[in-house]
Amino acid sequence: MATDVSAYEEMIKGLWRDNPVFVQVLGMCPMLAVTNSAINAVVMGLATFFVLVTSSFLVSSFKQWIPKQVRISLYVIIIATFVTVVDYSILAMLPAIHKELGAFIPLIVANCMILGRQEAFASKHNVKYAVMDAVGMSGGFMIALLALGSVREILGVGALFGVDLFGANFEPWVIMILPPGGFLTLGLLLLFFNWFTERRRQFLIKVADADRMLAVEKVSTEGVKDNG
Amino acid sequence: MKNHQLKKEDPHLLLQSAPLLRQELTTPAAMKDVWIALLPATAASLWFFGLSALLIILTSIAGAILTEWVFTDKEKRRFAISDTSAGLTGLLIALTLPPGLPLWMAFLGGCVSIGLGKVVWGGLGSNIFNPALLGRAFLLGTFPIAMTTWGAAGGPGEFFQIHSSNLALPFMQSQVDAMSAATPLGLMKFEQQGTALWPLFTGNTAGSIGETSALFLLLGGIYLLLRRGIDWRIPAAIFLTAALFSFIMFLTDGDKYPSPLFTLFSGGLLLGAFFMATDPVTSPLTPRGCWIFGIGIGFLVVLIRLFGGLPEGMLYAILLMNAATPLIDRYTQPKIFGRQG
Repeated sequence: MATDVSAYEEMIKGLWRDNPVFVQVLGMCPMLAVTNSAINAVVMGLATFFVLVTSSFLVSSFKQWIPKQVRISLYVIIIATFVTVVDYSILAMLPAIHKELGAFIPLIVANCMILGRQEAFASKHNVKYAVMDAVGMSGGFMIALLALGSVREILGVGALFGVDLFGANFEPWVIMILPPGGFLTLGLLLLFFNWFTERRRQFLIKVADADRMLAVEKVSTEGVKDNG
Repeated sequence: MKNHQLKKEDPHLLLQSAPLLRQELTTPAAMKDVWIALLPATAASLWFFGLSALLIILTSIAGAILTEWVFTDKEKRRFAISDTSAGLTGLLIALTLPPGLPLWMAFLGGCVSIGLGKVVWGGLGSNIFNPALLGRAFLLGTFPIAMTTWGAAGGPGEFFQIHSSNLALPFMQSQVDAMSAATPLGLMKFEQQGTALWPLFTGNTAGSIGETSALFLLLGGIYLLLRRGIDWRIPAAIFLTAALFSFIMFLTDGDKYPSPLFTLFSGGLLLGAFFMATDPVTSPLTPRGCWIFGIGIGFLVVLIRLFGGLPEGMLYAILLMNAATPLIDRYTQPKIFGRQG
């Protein structure tokens, strides 16, 4: 049972505490480039999900046979294989979105988050942990992509997933669907994330302090009782 | 406070900690000078653009102060608001906005200039870019159509005629305003049509609410120069470079390129040169640096106006030179006395 709990933790850490975008600040290229609409963000997130989970699975299965000296190039070959699969699948199923994502699907190969997980995690753990970690990390990546894509689409076009939210009279914030909007939104989301984490840390410190004070008080009052 | 009470009781027992010599120039005092210097231009903006200008100024100041209040620590709030720098930023960005702009955009402009232009860098004195211009750049990128729809200048007789586009609901488009007109710079750029110098000088032209009146901006600028509120080198370098560069271009083709006087009195050049480029936080510290900074702005503004895609270049000229300021400061440090090389 204990192993199940830690496997679950490996997954959950990627979603929030070690979020690849908000905490590790990895994978910025697709993050800024394809998030001008929520649907693009979701497709990119799913593509990354597939590539990361399958290549983590393969890398951790083959880790005994991968020579240390050429491991990086082998990881890249494994990742590139799955990226090719994803590239052709999206081209076949969603040609319009494939056209919009353009070069950024092949560029998943160069996503440092994916290579980083192979090097730092999948090559050192067994298959179950590696897959759980990959699911969590790509889930966290997808959350971040979706957050950025939603904000930019809502402000930039006045719609979410192509559904009009505000009616015809909405004034679009043109900057939001242009590259500066990506930087602005990402910066503000990082700001919010850091602010939230800091608040939480301060709160935990406060709680711990209060607990300690309570314990000290308890000891001292007991001491008084004994003397009395 | 305490010192005063002591003084009253016994002047010989006055106890004070260092520094004992105090300079009169505090942040609120410096700000007050700029407020006074901006008064003529603001009054001119009310004269020409009426109630619309007043509403835009008030909403953008409100946006700026509110943002400052929200994002400042509780203990520092009183000082942060009372040094009036946030309100001043609000006024400065309002003066660069077109009179028909929806009020919610003016409010957003105030919020962005303080929020993204000042607070995120660490508050007063830590920003790289001029907050008001950053806010305007954001608005120009975000709402390009609303930001380039100019209302014609009226007079005191039309004071109460508000542009209908001012009152657009938040996040909603403004209806097209019947009173729109082209700015002198726009006329020059897209139709090769000049504007007479006299209206350009007094300010009776279309344009941003605070930038049209060269006369009143000059008055404010001269006041600031006399009070030593700004470094004279920066506006001087901007005027000389812009005039020289545009004079050379004017000589090459007098029909295509405007005269140097038109360059100086049109658009936001005067407002920018006196009140925005000279922001002590974002301009160089050394005299030599000030010259380089001003020459850069003067050159860039004419370059953008004559050869760029936009009719007006003051905004990006100042922002670009703001970005270069740390570099300029670094390479114009005076030599320490007695040190070789």
